[in-house]
Amino acid sequence: MRIADKFRELKAKNEKALIVYVCAGDPSSEDTGKYVHALVKGGADIVELGLPFSDPVADGPTIQAASDRSLEAGMNPDVYFELAASIKEQVPLVCMTYYNLIFRRGVETFVKDCAASGITGIIVPDLPIEEAEDILKACKAHGVDMIFMVTPVTDRDRMQKIFSKGSGFLYIVSRLGVTGARADVARSTKEILEKVNTTLPRAVGFGISNGKQAAEVIAAGADAVIVGSAFVNIIASQDNVEERLEQLSRELKTGCSGQ
Amino acid sequence: MQKPTYGRFGGQFVPEVLMPALNELEEEYERYKEDPEFLRELNYYLTEFAGRSTPLYHARNLSKKYGTKIYLKREDLVHGGAHKLNNTIGQALLAKYMGKKRIIAETGAGQHGTATAMAGANLGFETVVYMGAKDVERQRMNVYRMELMGTKVHPVRSGSMTLKDAINEALRDWVTNVENTHYLIGSVVGPHPYPMIVRDFQSVIGTEVKQQIMEKEGRLPDSIVACAGGGSNAMGIFHPFIEDTDVKLLPVEAGGCGMQVQGKTAMHSASLGAGEEGILQGARTLILQDKYGQILESTSVSAGLDYSGVGPELAHLAETGRIQPGSVNDKEALDAFHELCRLEGIIPALESSHALAYIKKMADTGELGDLVVVSLSGRGDKDLETVLKVKTTASEEKL
Repeated sequence: MRIADKFRELKAKNEKALIVYVCAGDPSSEDTGKYVHALVKGGADIVELGLPFSDPVADGPTIQAASDRSLEAGMNPDVYFELAASIKEQVPLVCMTYYNLIFRRGVETFVKDCAASGITGIIVPDLPIEEAEDILKACKAHGVDMIFMVTPVTDRDRMQKIFSKGSGFLYIVSRLGVTGARADVARSTKEILEKVNTTLPRAVGFGISNGKQAAEVIAAGADAVIVGSAFVNIIASQDNVEERLEQLSRELKTGCSGQ
Repeated sequence: MQKPTYGRFGGQFVPEVLMPALNELEEEYERYKEDPEFLRELNYYLTEFAGRSTPLYHARNLSKKYGTKIYLKREDLVHGGAHKLNNTIGQALLAKYMGKKRIIAETGAGQHGTATAMAGANLGFETVVYMGAKDVERQRMNVYRMELMGTKVHPVRSGSMTLKDAINEALRDWVTNVENTHYLIGSVVGPHPYPMIVRDFQSVIGTEVKQQIMEKEGRLPDSIVACAGGGSNAMGIFHPFIEDTDVKLLPVEAGGCGMQVQGKTAMHSASLGAGEEGILQGARTLILQDKYGQILESTSVSAGLDYSGVGPELAHLAETGRIQPGSVNDKEALDAFHELCRLEGIIPALESSHALAYIKKMADTGELGDLVVVSLSGRGDKDLETVLKVKTTASEEKL
């Protein structure tokens, strides 16, 4: 499913989007399939499926540990695409990974494999627009959205360039730092949303872990919230995982609806 | 819109949040690198604090043994015992001109961390050094040296708990504190403009060599040999000679304990010789990786060469044939270490011992020519424990 179709569908229902992240293969491909099912059942609208890299510089300790577990269990791009293809939930799947894995497979091949396995968006946290010509070309050819990030230190000129290159949604990093659950998000979200003037759906991530924060982010004007580390923490605990994922997903989705 | 690169290599593969900081760094560096006041101050620190210029020493006994005239560029005599301070004092001064209050750095064995601590203390910065927890344990003395100079040493417990992970963690700090912090990278690696800035600050090595060899010999050397991990002393000594195509430039990588890969570990650190193109820590370069692009751990008896990548400019120069990389293994490096101690009364760093070992390896081929300059990038006092351990293990094996 394409990302734009999902946002259109939500708009018709007057809903905001919940975008969730899980690291594929943590602790196994089979588990990831079940987790995605639970998350979507809870209300997740878009699923970011992380393809783990050995040196994830943009991620905090939570997601690095998940990446290590997944790699240890044998995750690699071949297995990853099989897993993606096996997910039948009716939500857009987004691949989040680091550029070396894409470069190594061949940019064109990687994007083609994404499209073939039902992935309709790609996020590459270590690929700024300056280095993205090749992947943008491949994405265009294969009908895949390339999603870029903006941050509190991105100035207006740069933002305009980023808006013009990206599609799907705009990933707004609400505060400086790496991924990971944090306490306060409302103020920084408001500040950055005031600077972001785009027709793309505005999805805010980094630090959101509960329904109250999700509600605050939506109230500040976002079209979607992105939650990763809070789910990864649940998975890491290996305690009643599916039920708790579904529960948190529901709580966040309720927050997105402003309730 | 693409930034200057070295052929296909280089670039800026970093999170969006760092792009403004890299752009700022590039602009400010372009501004100050020609600024007379900045250059005067830099020169002052290099002379009065670092102790430059360093001698170009004719190693008579070594020369005699290998039948070619060998000069050692004595970077081991720089304050701190290695060439590292050339770069840290330069970047710390730049950070001061840029109005930053805090500097952070990564370190493997602790050499770059120590050099950063020196520059940080002298120029009044809050200084934080990231170091793999394993390295912290292995290098207690260096940790203590840094702490004496007021640096906070932050042990990194993620991943393999070594240099690669320390860089990742330093990048995470920078992502978080980018507004008041300068990330002081220690080698010619990372995103543009770092490979260029570090190379320029280290070029003082080659610039001095050029002048000194003309004074002593009235001609340029036939070859220059330098060890290369990330490659900062190599780029520093090579750079002023790039256009002098009659001078052979020979980087020597760590062959570790063999050129094979075991599981997730390469038994060597020879990215130029055996690496493949990829993206690591901000740059497109030659790296040690598996078939999917996961980064392999590297191996070397010398902590300073134990790195899974190499500077992008070196990758480019190797591809174009301007430099010819070679490698020596742990044992050859250790032999060369002992040889220099005995023949010249100089204890070389294990890193530099790789360059010395290459002389021994190549002496009979005639490849080196009649006049050779070796970058003696650091002193070996820091390595005595490692050397002792290897010796003990070797004699135990004999029993």
